[in-house]
Amino acid sequence: MTTLLIAEHDHETLKDSTNKALTAASQLGGDVHVLVAGGGQGTKAAAEAAAKLAGVSKVLVAEGPAYEHDLAEPLAALIVALAGGYDAFVAPATSRFKNVMPRVAALLDVMQVSEIIKVVAPDTYERPIYAGNAIQTVKSKDAKKVITVRTSTFAAAGEGGSAAIENAASAADPGLSTFVGEEVAKSDRPELTSAKIIVSGGRAMQSRENFAKYIEPLADKLGAGVGASRAAVDAGYAPNDWQVGQTGKVVAPELYVAVGISGAIQHLAGMKDSKVIVAINKDEDAPIFQVADYGLVADLYQAVPELTEALGKLGK
Amino acid sequence: MKVLVPVKRVVDYNVKVRVKSDGTGVELANVKMSMNPFDEIAVEEALRLKEAGKATEVVVVSIGPAQASETIRTALAMGADRGILVKAEGNVEPLAVAKILKAVVEAEQPGLVILGKQAIDDDSNQTGQMLAALLGWSQATFASKLEVEGSDFKVTREVDGGLQTIKLKGPAIVTTDLRLNEPRYASLPNIMKAKKKPIDDKSVADYGVDVTPRLEVLKTAEPAGRKAGVKVKDVAELVNKLKTEAGVL
Repeated sequence: MTTLLIAEHDHETLKDSTNKALTAASQLGGDVHVLVAGGGQGTKAAAEAAAKLAGVSKVLVAEGPAYEHDLAEPLAALIVALAGGYDAFVAPATSRFKNVMPRVAALLDVMQVSEIIKVVAPDTYERPIYAGNAIQTVKSKDAKKVITVRTSTFAAAGEGGSAAIENAASAADPGLSTFVGEEVAKSDRPELTSAKIIVSGGRAMQSRENFAKYIEPLADKLGAGVGASRAAVDAGYAPNDWQVGQTGKVVAPELYVAVGISGAIQHLAGMKDSKVIVAINKDEDAPIFQVADYGLVADLYQAVPELTEALGKLGK
Repeated sequence: MKVLVPVKRVVDYNVKVRVKSDGTGVELANVKMSMNPFDEIAVEEALRLKEAGKATEVVVVSIGPAQASETIRTALAMGADRGILVKAEGNVEPLAVAKILKAVVEAEQPGLVILGKQAIDDDSNQTGQMLAALLGWSQATFASKLEVEGSDFKVTREVDGGLQTIKLKGPAIVTTDLRLNEPRYASLPNIMKAKKKPIDDKSVADYGVDVTPRLEVLKTAEPAGRKAGVKVKDVAELVNKLKTEAGVL
């Protein structure tokens, strides 16, 4: 069997989510080819990076304006045009591929398996349902498999390969949608889904200013990404793309520091696979303490600056 | 322009689901059921389009057991004009749902279909994209803003790292994200009025769609638990534990 892994990249560099999805793709047992579709020069660099990953036997490159802005229709058409040669299609469950892969699956008359967390057998996978409150084991009866991978549960594949790079056969752009613009938050902080450390704030932060005054300095001291609970995002204290939780991003860093977050099921579903969880909350009965490795019952407005300062003394 | 809104009956989002001890699924007996929250946002958006004079009729469709008519009534009480219930027993997967919806779309000819981005029971996040594929229509998932431009649409989408705005050639499929709007509550007079609104009864057989599941569910289990750790007395102890015990600093 041969698997086509569709690469996540930002049109300059390959994203870590590709390395993680590669681990899942390799576990299916067949050869793994990687498709890098994008617009502009950066696509080639991303393809070269993909060719170096351990376990990749071929890289296909599709470069063209239709792939520059991740529009679903042309990318799905491209993957379907390549489908004849593949038994499985794997992509990380990022917003790009949550958008594209079901379109591919329907065009192939396949029922997609969304956000797998484990490969049990080449046709059998585990996936969370009900916001992670239950884990389902499903076996796909379709001839071709279409799978998205929850990247936080797979280790990143390393380098060590030297795959050939070829141009992918082109596909016509259905021309159904056009790109108008984007607002991408530019930040020097690591992205949430690949950050080793995350500091998140909840409703108790009370304002956007307090996020900037308390959460961000602590995050910067730790070289951490900044997250937020849904309550904090809904209240306007933090931007949408900071949201950690079932309806936001699912993360699993080495260290997750939850500040002023009560621990709603919604939020826990997005961070409970973190290796070490620290909770700072003045309510000692907050549910977040039931999952935290280290709980500090304290007023965050005193504890967080103290923690930031203590880390500074450690030379952080 | 007619707007079609598919809605799903799911376990209420406030209910803590329990996995059955024999591993065959989650406990659904005597559990409160409601409209999928993302679908409520879809209904609300369609109603706002109608109130703004952009849409002429809002039709709600649900695929599921007879009780799914209650979910349709909820949408009618919010203000939708009429409903279609496609009766189906057991688990109908997103691909089969999309095939049934395709047939409904072909019969109803809407200019726009608005769906929730995912149902909070199976968390698949597939149906809208699949429907768009089967119809050969444009799609915009995870919408946080929707504007009508003639027969086309401008949609702002929530994507990793920020927001993306795209233009869709109509007819189109849009799926809702949390921040598109805040759904209204149905008023008592509207709940009474909704009882008189028509719901068309259909069955899967009327559409000739094979709904045999493609995924066989082998097992449903509780997730691995996480134990509560220790409480530390102050910041100094926290830093010390993180450094020496957890080794993450």
